[in-house]
Order: sequence, then structure tokens, then C-alpha cells
Amino acid sequence: MERLLPVLIVLAVASAYGLWYRASRGRVKNSARAKLIALDAKTLGGELGERATLVQFSSAFCTPCRMTRTLITDVITDMPDIRHIDIDAESHLELVRRLDIRSTPTTLFLDSAGIERGRAIGAPKRTELIEAITALKA
Amino acid sequence: MTFDNPIALTTSKSDETSSLNKDEKNYPLIDARGPRFGALITVIMLSLTLVLDSALPLLFQGLVFMIGATFGPQRTPYAFIFKKLIKPRLRGDVPTEDVRPPQFAQAVGLVFAIFALLGFASSSEPLFLIATSMALAAAFLNAAFNYCLGCEMYLLLTRAFKR
Repeated sequence: MERLLPVLIVLAVASAYGLWYRASRGRVKNSARAKLIALDAKTLGGELGERATLVQFSSAFCTPCRMTRTLITDVITDMPDIRHIDIDAESHLELVRRLDIRSTPTTLFLDSAGIERGRAIGAPKRTELIEAITALKA
Repeated sequence: MTFDNPIALTTSKSDETSSLNKDEKNYPLIDARGPRFGALITVIMLSLTLVLDSALPLLFQGLVFMIGATFGPQRTPYAFIFKKLIKPRLRGDVPTEDVRPPQFAQAVGLVFAIFALLGFASSSEPLFLIATSMALAAAFLNAAFNYCLGCEMYLLLTRAFKR
């Protein structure tokens, strides 16, 4: 039975990580330190929304990226002052490093000035997404 | 809108099809439950490898990883079992996914399996144990938590190795 021990250890460690993974992905977190550098249309390759901009970083090997794209498009359909910019992370590594994007999808919530106010790693939960957009009223 | 800018892949509320979306159309969509079922059998195979201290289930799993990484996760023996036995018994909407993320995971599994087999062949217990454990952990995370290995690993690898 001692051969069973490595299996049990691996499954226990993976479970702990998996629980953290499930709890952290999809949450919209306030970006703690207000980043002073504002992102502009030139850097992002798309115009900023009048009220807010959702910047999504995607990659090819990422199932929730597609879901995130569909969800955001759906939620902001009737919000002409919000824009959604989808960026292929792999072909914009400089920006990815500067913003410290580590996994996909990562969505940044920018205010009207292009300053990051919030960030979601993983496909955002619909309610949190709507809350975060509402919070960006200014 | 600045569609001539290469960074602008998709900007919503537009009629333009983005390059990312166009790219995706070339890849088939598969039933997302298939790879997850495959991950469950993978967990069993790799657990057997460790418990029996045998290279046989590992070798078989390595071949499955090779088929999955080369031809796609929808072409493995596990996918065949899923289609014949499991899928007919499932109800509800069929969640689909791009074939590339699970194919990436199969390729990562193959790399771990190769190292594990090398460890076994060279009687290096630590290499065999660690590489098998890594593959087991990844498969378990996929089966139990719907873990997206490509989401977590691909960008980190690209960041580390590409200038």
C-alpha cells in the first residue's frame, strides 16, 4: 500500500491548488495601486470607450477566452460608451510584460482616462462583470 | 476605429471580422466534455503507473497523448469511448470548445510522459516519479476542476522563451 502514497500526495496537492484556482478565476479585483500610466488608443490598437474600456488578452490555447469574448460582447451591447478590445497576447509580448499579464483570458477594466481600475483573470462572472462596469461610471 | 492597426484584433460593435476570429474558424469545435472524460481515464492510467510501479500503463498513456497531440484530442481511444458510451447518456446543451486548448494539454502530457519513460528506462526513480506525478496532477486538475492548462502555461512559456 505504500505505493499508493505518492498518488495520494499528488492528488491532495493538486486539489488544494485546484480549489484556489476555482476560487480566484473569474473574480474582478480592484487594481490596488492606481497605475499612473494611462493606456491610450495607440497602445491598445482601438479607441477607448467614452466611459470605460474592457481590454481582453487572449491566446489560441484558451477555451474561456472565447466565452469571455461572447459574454462581454453580450453585456455591453446596449452600452455605446463602453468598448471592448481583444488583444492576442502572444503577438504583443511587450505590452503583456509591461502590464504583467500571466495567463489568458485576463481582462482589464479601464476608466475613461485609460487608467486600470480593475482586473479579472479567467472568464469573468457575469454579475461581477456588470458590477465592475457600473462602478466605472464617471 | 483603427482597424489598420495590427493590435486591433476585435473591437466590438463592428461588422468587421477580426483576424483572431477568422483564425478560429479554421479549427473544429469539439464537445468540451470529451477531453474532460479523457482526463479522468488519464488519471486512472497514471495512478496505476505509480501504484503498480509499472511502465505499461504509462506507455499506453504516452501513446494516447501522442495521438491526442498529433491528430487532436477528439481522435484518441478515450474520445472513442466517450462518443460510443458516454455521450449518448448525457443530456442538456453540448458545451463546445476550440480543439487547440485540449490539444495543447495533450502535447504537454506527452512531454511529461516521455520524461517519465526515460526515467523508467534509465532506472532513475526520481525522474520517473516526478514526471509521472506532474502529468497526473495536470490530468486530475483538468478532470476535477476543468483546469485550462493552455491558459495558465502557454503565455508564461512564451514570455519566458520569446523575445
